[in-house]
Amino acid sequence: MLCILLGVLALHLLVFILLIVSTASNEKGHSDLWYSCLSEPKAYSCSQASNEDWIQAVQALMILAVVFCFVSLLAFAYQLFRLFKGGRFYFTSIFQILASVFVMCAAIIYTVMRPSNGKGFGYSYVLAWVLCLFFIVLPPLNARCS
Amino acid sequence: MLRVLALASVVLLGIAPQASQAITVYTSWERHALVGSDVRLSCSFFSWRFVSEDVSFTWRYRPDGSRDSVSIAHYAGGEPYTDNKGAFKDRVEFVGNPKRRDGSILIKNLDFSDNGTFTCDAKNPPDIVGRPSSVRLLVFETLPIQAGVITGAIIGVVLGLLVLIVVIYYLMRFLVARRVFSLSVSKHGKKKKEGSQQRQASFLLLLFFLFLLPLLQYPPPLLPPLPHMHPVCSDKRNRLARCHHHMTIWRDYNSIQRLLREFGMRKRVVKGNIHLLCMAAQLT
Repeated sequence: MLCILLGVLALHLLVFILLIVSTASNEKGHSDLWYSCLSEPKAYSCSQASNEDWIQAVQALMILAVVFCFVSLLAFAYQLFRLFKGGRFYFTSIFQILASVFVMCAAIIYTVMRPSNGKGFGYSYVLAWVLCLFFIVLPPLNARCS
Repeated sequence: MLRVLALASVVLLGIAPQASQAITVYTSWERHALVGSDVRLSCSFFSWRFVSEDVSFTWRYRPDGSRDSVSIAHYAGGEPYTDNKGAFKDRVEFVGNPKRRDGSILIKNLDFSDNGTFTCDAKNPPDIVGRPSSVRLLVFETLPIQAGVITGAIIGVVLGLLVLIVVIYYLMRFLVARRVFSLSVSKHGKKKKEGSQQRQASFLLLLFFLFLLPLLQYPPPLLPPLPHMHPVCSDKRNRLARCHHHMTIWRDYNSIQRLLREFGMRKRVVKGNIHLLCMAAQLT
């Protein structure tokens, strides 16, 4: 039983770290979340990401997802160590579902609105979709732990 | 050992300035301004030497799409010189303080033709090796929304709503618990009154339970137990009093629960809220 609990806690942590990596990463040569860089063989030039509304919305949704994931992690750890008798992990699950909604919205907006340079997607984009899957899988696991 | 350390530090201190004896010039990356307004372009430098009397600043302007740059401001020998022939005639003013390593200029009454790159080059003899730094000026008719304003607004609104929802939820639970407790206490205290008053009290209770208790269906996940207010017998001295208190509450609630069971509500609902009820009891 304890192994399952620790496993789920480790999964929570992993998801949180991956989310931070996905939010904060910026690859050269891709149209990025925070600033866009043009790379050439011996130089690169970076300027802040365009002030368009949709990029700011994507930034906001990713940051909110990070916040909610962090809160759900804290709530999970708290409930784990307090071990309420028959307590359910509602708080944790609700926050994780909200985080998954935010990440999904951010990924969808980015997909639809991104400039069509034909540059392809960076690893942070793929990571965001993987995290959506994780966030959907985690609440049932939480329910199993109670 | 100490001598070796001292020697090494002296050598390093001697070498380091020689190795990096280059002047570093700092300006902003980009400046945004409105048409017709004034903009102050700042330029500063870092040098290992003290500011000499022959310190010089040179500002050049390169319009967007052009490859040539023209000099518009120059400070040398303690005197500033500004453009008196070109596009910036009478519009540039040297406002920096070279003694404090500040070589900023003020450009007045901007126009769309001022879009371009301004390069600042500072020299601090004998420290003259360095790269100039550029600042890009963008002139707008109306300022676009700044980066991060929308981001911050969305985050603030969502978090605020969340906090509000949580506060309202716990407040309503507390209020309902308090009301329930006070009603039950009054019911218990005035046992000898007529049946009609009892019926009124139970009707009011029913109203509350029907409309507000569905919110209390879920037990409080994060409510920490309050040991000093928990009615379970903890203090050995007042053990009897507390058990009696506990029993009193339970007696009232048993009667309430009988009423609730007729409407199909679960016993667990009231049991789970015993903390809030005791807290309410302490305050009434």
